[in-house]
Amino acid sequence: MNRTLREPHVDAELAREHGLSDEEWKRILEILGRTPSYAELGIFSVMWSEHCSYKSSRTHLKTLPTTAERQPAGSVGTVLVGPGEGAGAVAIGDGLAVIFKIESHNHPSFVEPTQGAATGVGGILRDVFSMGARPIASLDSIRFGPLDDPKHQMLLRGVVHGIGGYGNAVGVPTVGGETTFHECYRGNILVNAFNLGLVEADRIFLGQATGVGNPVIYVGSKTGRDGIHGASLLASAEFGEETEAKRPTVQVGDPFTEKCLIEACLEVMRGDALVGIQDMGAAGLTCSSFEMASRAGTGIEMDLDRVPQRAAGMTPYELLLSESQERMLLVARAGEEQRVLDVFARWDLDAVVVGRVTGDGRMRVRWHGATVVDIPVDPVAQSAPVYDRPRRPPADLGERQKLDLASVEPECDPQGALEQLLDSPNLGAKHWVWRQYDSLVLGNTVLGPGGDAALVRVRREDDTATGTALALAVHCNPRWCWLDPHAGAIAAVAETARRVACTGARPLALTNCLNFGNPEKPEIMWEFAEAVRGLGEAAAALGTPVVSGNVSFYNETAGRPIHPTPTVAMVGLLANVERHAVSGFPAAGLAILLLGDTREELGGSHWLSLRRGREAGLPPSVDLAHERRLHGLLVDAVASGVLRSAHAVSDGGLAVALARCGFSAGIGARVALADPLRIEALLFGESTGRVVVTSGDPQRLLALARAAGVPARHIGETGGARLTLGREHGAPWIDSELSRLAAIWSAAIPRRLEGS
Amino acid sequence: MFAVIQFPGSNDDRDMRFALKSALGVEAQLVWHKERELPPGTNGVLLPGGFSYGDYLRCGAMARFSPVMGAVRRFAETGGPVLGTCNGFQVLCEAGLLPGALLRNGGLDFVCDWVHVRVEQAAAPFTSRARPGQLLRLPIKHGDGRYFAPPEELARIERAGQVVLRYCAPDGSPAGAANPNGSADDVAGVRSARGNVMGLMPHPEHAADPLTGGTDGLVILGSLVDKVAAAR
Repeated sequence: MNRTLREPHVDAELAREHGLSDEEWKRILEILGRTPSYAELGIFSVMWSEHCSYKSSRTHLKTLPTTAERQPAGSVGTVLVGPGEGAGAVAIGDGLAVIFKIESHNHPSFVEPTQGAATGVGGILRDVFSMGARPIASLDSIRFGPLDDPKHQMLLRGVVHGIGGYGNAVGVPTVGGETTFHECYRGNILVNAFNLGLVEADRIFLGQATGVGNPVIYVGSKTGRDGIHGASLLASAEFGEETEAKRPTVQVGDPFTEKCLIEACLEVMRGDALVGIQDMGAAGLTCSSFEMASRAGTGIEMDLDRVPQRAAGMTPYELLLSESQERMLLVARAGEEQRVLDVFARWDLDAVVVGRVTGDGRMRVRWHGATVVDIPVDPVAQSAPVYDRPRRPPADLGERQKLDLASVEPECDPQGALEQLLDSPNLGAKHWVWRQYDSLVLGNTVLGPGGDAALVRVRREDDTATGTALALAVHCNPRWCWLDPHAGAIAAVAETARRVACTGARPLALTNCLNFGNPEKPEIMWEFAEAVRGLGEAAAALGTPVVSGNVSFYNETAGRPIHPTPTVAMVGLLANVERHAVSGFPAAGLAILLLGDTREELGGSHWLSLRRGREAGLPPSVDLAHERRLHGLLVDAVASGVLRSAHAVSDGGLAVALARCGFSAGIGARVALADPLRIEALLFGESTGRVVVTSGDPQRLLALARAAGVPARHIGETGGARLTLGREHGAPWIDSELSRLAAIWSAAIPRRLEGS
Repeated sequence: MFAVIQFPGSNDDRDMRFALKSALGVEAQLVWHKERELPPGTNGVLLPGGFSYGDYLRCGAMARFSPVMGAVRRFAETGGPVLGTCNGFQVLCEAGLLPGALLRNGGLDFVCDWVHVRVEQAAAPFTSRARPGQLLRLPIKHGDGRYFAPPEELARIERAGQVVLRYCAPDGSPAGAANPNGSADDVAGVRSARGNVMGLMPHPEHAADPLTGGTDGLVILGSLVDKVAAAR
């Protein structure tokens, strides 16, 4: 906007244009005791934006459990860094820790899918490596409108190109994720990117500007005019008619620079020259410098003329608010700055001392010899307004949850139903997506995309392996969350933990990305609060603390919000990587067992949606005590070698789970079910807490299950080229060549993209 | 000792070093692209995968001008074995050390998958551990892997036995739809006329451990190790 040196007149009206309420404007005047300069107004507007300040969500988020239960200091599972830093850190033994977080880049990806998604990946990587960790695994959770909509075909292609293009080039494997489609995302797609890094537990770096007199160093790409107000105007408001006009607020990614930044930063961190470091992410130079000073209780003085600039004539306002990518802010030990600068020079990256740490708690920014910003750090960084916004259940909630099973017409073509489910974009194979991601680089991928959880070997920076591995899973069922956000959030935690346990790993901790509509609407705020309550309950019950997270509000267009989507990513530790379970049937002649009980639950199921055109009812119940016993059983059974494969029964129910178990190695199964339930519930119901497992020694597994208090039934055998599924006697309900089902499943996405 | 060249944007450099060390017990040293000489005692050079210089301009087009490439060229001219994988293959083609070029994949998208290749030439220094016609299961991960050479040149390198690896179906029959990137004649790997420089799109260093997908890559890396040991 302002390209001249003459700055606009700052008043309440301009503050409103910056997304600040009249209340907030008054508060700014109080803090400063004067009218802010234009640059200062810009700073307040981004720092107090929903995106940066969490002003609507904070009161709820602080209820989440953020520390592990019973923790001898430093033992596996100890939370070393909780929410509030760039990412969370958890000890995994052997003197190591993992650093991880999931973050949204929803609004930019809808406006410009490839760059929006790419910069989402870049941002989360910087959150992780800025803490000293080498990023070793990424996941993505992406959601679109219906795949028959050409616009959403384009968005899918663009987002996948963006995630792949960035992740592949930067050399960090994308080892798993989820891709789903629903009408509710037609106006707002979701792009949630997760990254996990590995670090020595005593070498974690924090974003703090400690040590008065220490130099503040800017490194990485030059600052341009891109992404100004990405955080405040793009991510903190609903979409309307003018979405296209917001394209200039989207940043452009440069994975090559990021790759060099990773290597150079990790190199600097190996020495003792660095005292603090933070990514210049949302709100760029402003957010990083304020947060670093605030955490350390210091101030910073900075000279904007020294900032490397891509464009000529940039104003202080633009320099402070630019969200140009691939930039970091470092604080080095005084006298060590040259050593830091030398490393970046070796990687041909810009690195410049732009300021000093001060002791007076103020941010002073100079430009062309004049002071353009002089404000106290803490009131901006920590005293952002906090709102306990009004909440009210949606008026139609009762209507949504109403489902009289007796009135649901029975399924008379189970085979046709299975084929329709496998052919749906939500349940169909996602190879079209994964083939575009490098899932192998770094050489530690034991289980890549497509299973219950990814499994990544732990290998130190010096190439020595610990013998352990990390299991990673990401999931949310938005339809369940729409029907009951509290139950849906519990189910998301339970399912990700269950999937992690299916590999044999113990779930350790989680991160979440809370995607919701406009929080100023009481119904949305109610959904949010209910989901957070569910997250907290489940995280506490399963002993998996919340160590980091991100909130994305305003996923709403023309008054239509997305379904509440609290995406959960779970991290677990496998003690012995040589002993792990796969998802699919590994061999013929194994016993198939079903762990957990099937109940007559069809609410919110894919079957009900696809076969009866209804999204209604209550989602399946979750028994968290059972879940915890189940996860423990899986961990023990894998460790003892009695369990060969494990696949959580999830979307599409048992029939879909059995088919998918067969697809990976082309091994069929004969399964007989005895429960006295209606067949839709038996075959396609999505009751939680269930896992399909195989074993060569079913008696021993049944005994283990009994001892653990987990219901288990021997339901069939692997082998042959058909999937046969029915009651113990009589004609089977489903009896199909596995290869036929596999062909339908494999084509679900490609056939819909053909010709587009 | 092996030298693994590290360009800015190389991604598989550490993986190559790890595979050589963990699976074959051989030391390798990362050599920064700004070096003008290879370390003393270098008896094999590996150009790893990745996105050197971000693949900006054209894959491998900038890396060929890196200072170290002069030393790599001299090393090859004296008959030293040079192996380029993925981006390393692209760099060797750009540098004129291997015939042909690697173009955007036929399907336009990046492809990460496990593929089968047939060993067309089982000979030192890169495939002496293979039986002629042996099938290898190796991963690929690239956006620009479509091998191309003008028809006359392709015919010439075919006649000269310079095509070392060819994509094929899992049963060894001609690739057809299993050609992952549209490469001419299903070419997955070629060697120089003299035979001491080879490039391939698949990643042998990511098929070096049963835990992470298989060990067929060791046929290639092991052959190179054998060659260097024999020459000592």
